[in-house]
Amino acid sequence: MRTIVFLSLAVLGASGGELSVSHAMKQLGELHHFSPRSVINFLGRALRVKWLWTGIVLLALGFFSLLALLSWADVSFVIPATAMGYVTGALGAKFLLGERLTPLRWAGIVLVAAGVALLSLS
Amino acid sequence: MTRNLEWKTHALLVPIVLFAACGNVLLGKGMKQMGNAPRLSVVALGTIFLKAFGNVWIWLGIGSLLVFLVAFMVVLSWADYSFVMPVSAASYALVPLLSRWLLDERVNPMRWAGVSLICIGVALVTRTPASGGERA
Repeated sequence: MRTIVFLSLAVLGASGGELSVSHAMKQLGELHHFSPRSVINFLGRALRVKWLWTGIVLLALGFFSLLALLSWADVSFVIPATAMGYVTGALGAKFLLGERLTPLRWAGIVLVAAGVALLSLS
Repeated sequence: MTRNLEWKTHALLVPIVLFAACGNVLLGKGMKQMGNAPRLSVVALGTIFLKAFGNVWIWLGIGSLLVFLVAFMVVLSWADYSFVMPVSAASYALVPLLSRWLLDERVNPMRWAGVSLICIGVALVTRTPASGGERA
């Protein structure tokens, strides 16, 4: 039970965090100039977006849940299981961010998740 | 989606994948030099943490991951998360490939299967437009 709770926190924290960061960056809009100065300005503006901080908190929650989980559960179970994050991230992108996921993109995401799981199993 | 935006996305995905892979390999190399914690106490972990700050590989790893993070944030300012997330997983496939080519390490068949699945998955995702637009 404890394992399931912490695994869920690790996966959902990481996905939720990245989704929040993505949402924050969309609010800033596309970066056009790539000089060091405009990139630094851009990052400074990003730090003032509330969703970025929500993302950082969720990513930290996911990271520390993963560390805690690894202190008692097997790495060979935990790391492949976190590959579920690709699927939860894709679901979040569709239902929370409203992105359009074509069948081709879904197929790619599922293959990537399976590949990451296989890599960490071996 | 304009050709320019498509080009910009792909140009940024290269450093995202490279720096994520390098960052993890460098951090791994640095942490291996720290040695095992004799027991999982707060003091032992604290000592390892402090020692890590004196290790050049750890700093190179942190630097690489910072470059990754900035590129990741910048590309998300226009590209779909559901596009960037699976494509950046190519960094996981890169690590066994690099260790096979550069370090001449043996890679077992299960890892090759994983690398192949990731490559096919990334190839499929990159055939979809990088930016469909967030409705919200």
